[in-house]
Amino acid sequence: MEALTTALLYLDGVTVSFDGFKALNNLSFAIEPGEMRAIIGPNGAGKTTMMDVVTGKTRPDLGEVTFDGLHNLTRLDEAEIAELGIGRKFQKPTVFESHTVYDNLELALKSDRRARAALWWRETTDERRRIEQLLEIIRLTAVRDRLAASLSHGQRQWLEIGMLLAQEPKLLLVDEPVAGMTDAETRQTAELLKEINRDRTVIVVEHDMAFVRDLDVKVTCLHEGSVLAEGTIDQVSSNERVVEVYLGR
Amino acid sequence: MTSHVLIRSLDRGAALFLIIIAAIAVGVPVLNLAVPESSALHVPTYLVSLFGKYACYALLALAIDLIWGFCGILSLGHGAFFALGGYAIGMYLMRQIGTRGVYADPILPDFMVFLNWKHLPVYWYGFQYFPYAALMVVLVPGVLAFVFGWFAFRSRVTGVYLSIITQALTFALMLGFFRNNFGFGGNNGLTDFKDILGFNVQAETTRAALFAISCVAIMLGFILCRAIVTSKFGKVLIAIRDAEARTRFLGYRVESYKLVVFTVSACMAGIAGALYVPQVGIINPSEFAPGNSIEAVIWVAVGGRGTLTGAVIGAVLVNYAKTFFTTGALAPYWLFMLGALFIAVTLLLPRGVVGTMRHWTALRRDRASAAAEDGVTEPLPAE
Repeated sequence: MEALTTALLYLDGVTVSFDGFKALNNLSFAIEPGEMRAIIGPNGAGKTTMMDVVTGKTRPDLGEVTFDGLHNLTRLDEAEIAELGIGRKFQKPTVFESHTVYDNLELALKSDRRARAALWWRETTDERRRIEQLLEIIRLTAVRDRLAASLSHGQRQWLEIGMLLAQEPKLLLVDEPVAGMTDAETRQTAELLKEINRDRTVIVVEHDMAFVRDLDVKVTCLHEGSVLAEGTIDQVSSNERVVEVYLGR
Repeated sequence: MTSHVLIRSLDRGAALFLIIIAAIAVGVPVLNLAVPESSALHVPTYLVSLFGKYACYALLALAIDLIWGFCGILSLGHGAFFALGGYAIGMYLMRQIGTRGVYADPILPDFMVFLNWKHLPVYWYGFQYFPYAALMVVLVPGVLAFVFGWFAFRSRVTGVYLSIITQALTFALMLGFFRNNFGFGGNNGLTDFKDILGFNVQAETTRAALFAISCVAIMLGFILCRAIVTSKFGKVLIAIRDAEARTRFLGYRVESYKLVVFTVSACMAGIAGALYVPQVGIINPSEFAPGNSIEAVIWVAVGGRGTLTGAVIGAVLVNYAKTFFTTGALAPYWLFMLGALFIAVTLLLPRGVVGTMRHWTALRRDRASAAAEDGVTEPLPAE
């Protein structure tokens, strides 16, 4: 099949309504391969719903979502979409609390996800090396055998990012990665995301404008389920409508 | 391949548990058969049967713990799989009666003669052969669980909704089996068994053998459960229990994992039921009663969900208490006590007996390692 677009992710006229309320209203935008995009917008603008649609949690009423030019994501479920190479980080850090840090990464590591394969699975040295490498990147080597439940909030955020990397996705969706982080952790997270962006496409949803400025990437501002403005952070933040509905408050 | 699975599954606690069960499996029959009745160490036959019953309950509890403790599937209808296994072996035992029945019909069981049935229903065919019946013990609960789970898990029915439909499942089966035209003996069920594989079911030696086999079944079931929960498959199960949506977004097909483990668990429950029926001598539709399934969940909660050994211990403890209290003056209050026990465990001992013990050991170890780590700074995220 021939690719219809060069974009890695292309949303075309996506509409989602919940009991008549339009969470997404004819939303369209495109993310190019290798890009990092920041998505901002007031509460209820549809940022999380947009992520739900892309990852297969919510089916849109109208519109198409094309991944890699050929996959129509609106027809696939979460597991299939994850297999295609889309990873998602939740707003609230979600790690497997009763597993160790190491096991969390092991579960996330790219591998055969079928039940039969998991029954007979044995860790290879390659996989162990890869997990150890990831532990280094997210600086959790010292706590590798601790249960994830005992990690601090910042450490959990990092572990979840590590789990995303372990999946080796083409596209990462990151929902409010610096919520609840200290200033130092926020800066370090911006650095880490930039590093990840060297070989992966990243979409970041964030409220923290200083953080978005730190990222220094193209910004899309959503409002009431559609795109209000798109451009550099300076263009967007000087846009009158954006100031009115979002920044000015 | 097998050896590495065994090594992984059997840590010290698990090995100790197996040794204890093995000792009981040998010890109780020996004390029953070889020690003279006059001796204080003699175990009377009624106790062997009673312990055999506990052993079957323990296997059912293991099956429930596998899905509830490790995958968060709270089935309030596991008694249905237990009863189906029991009915399968009951049908075999009925066919063994032959001409020794009240109506002395060589083929038809008594209740069919009584109902004026002329032919054996097709679904009774083959049950005169033990291997066929044994296959059905596993197959019938397994297939039912597979079909039920296929619909329920694909439709993403979880939590309390799943518990309610499992309850409905066992209730519907109970109503069905109560009907005479269902062909399973109606509300009397199947009873008056004579022999199993040629051995008299009432004989002391048969009872002792059934007890030992039940213990072996617990050991095998335990090893199977350990092998499952210590594999990566088991880690995925725990991941599903803790954060189902996260597991999906990692690319795991949650419904397949649930379906596999639910089916395995139902087969185990079927085997437990099949061992139970020859030891108690009867199977009737009351085994499908939702209350039975709920009671089985309480055993697991008391012992400690997600511990496996706890499920076995909980089943034996609660049932021993039940035997003790329902035979004395306290008998009318047993259900109140059971309810109080469940509330007390939920409030005071939410991890159950074994779970709480493990928690204390873990805490002590953590404190020790924290003391050793003292002075090591908290790691910071990377640049």
